[in-house]
Amino acid sequence: MFEVYGETFASRFLLGTAQYPSPQILADAVRASGAEILTVSLRRETAGNGTGGRFWDRIRELNVKVLPNTAGCHSVKEAVTTARMARDLFGTDWIKLEVIGHHDSLQPDVFGLVEASRILSDDGFEVFPYTTDDIVVGERLLEAGCQVLMPWCAPIGSAKGPVNPDALRSYRSHFSGVPLVVDAGLGRPSHAATVLELGFDAVLLNTAVAKAGDPVAMARSFAMAIEAGRLAYEAQPLEPRDMAVPSTPVLGMAVFE
Amino acid sequence: MKLTINGEPQEVASATLAALLHELAYDHEFLATARNGELVCAEERSACVLEAGDRIEILSPMQGG
Repeated sequence: MFEVYGETFASRFLLGTAQYPSPQILADAVRASGAEILTVSLRRETAGNGTGGRFWDRIRELNVKVLPNTAGCHSVKEAVTTARMARDLFGTDWIKLEVIGHHDSLQPDVFGLVEASRILSDDGFEVFPYTTDDIVVGERLLEAGCQVLMPWCAPIGSAKGPVNPDALRSYRSHFSGVPLVVDAGLGRPSHAATVLELGFDAVLLNTAVAKAGDPVAMARSFAMAIEAGRLAYEAQPLEPRDMAVPSTPVLGMAVFE
Repeated sequence: MKLTINGEPQEVASATLAALLHELAYDHEFLATARNGELVCAEERSACVLEAGDRIEILSPMQGG
């Protein structure tokens, strides 16, 4: 079971709701994924349009927990105000906190992230910070009040998978007992399986499912990989060895010479 | 008076944020609002008196990752 901020979930798959070919495919992909937590966002609404309301009705039908984000925010002020608006709208203290530091890489501004995390935690929010794999930044986020950390494994939407597995391994060892979610950069189910095998508690992804040729099948595939990766972690995988070790016992072998 | 609403300059007659949402035909929509960069909760909109030059943001849910 995946535990975060006092709540327990059977699924370790957090799924984004953007970029699907249609609302129906989004709904089908969510069901196929088994995800119990979906990320949503906030944008300017045009009068009389009702787009946001219709989208929200569809999400509510899925009967899942929502995790609003502050995507696109480049300053502490923007992120904090967006988080407060999200809480007023969605009625949840949960916020996926993004403070973006760079337009091209979408790398987090970790200094702003720590500051915004402190402001929002003090204001009663339960913050899910989108961060890098830097351990010192992770420490500062915990000190700021975060009870979960969400390091990237590659840039948002890049589909590269874990580009620095050693850093993720160190991160997991250092933050023993802290819920860790790999957020951003996953492209294939095998990437998700890899980070679950390393002991990460869950993954958050969007583009890899939404932009697949068949998002519904890909959602199911990720769900299976996440389950397999977690099971493998719990089963304590064999560590790599430098030399060959025979798998068949040599004792009792016949001698023909 | 002239306000900036979702980044666009607009001439409006309303004195409060609640009245403004009605004037702009946002009735019955699922919204979050801010005035000059600060959240205005749904229940505070009637008491939120507008002044010329205010920057108003009117947001609603959308897809996100």
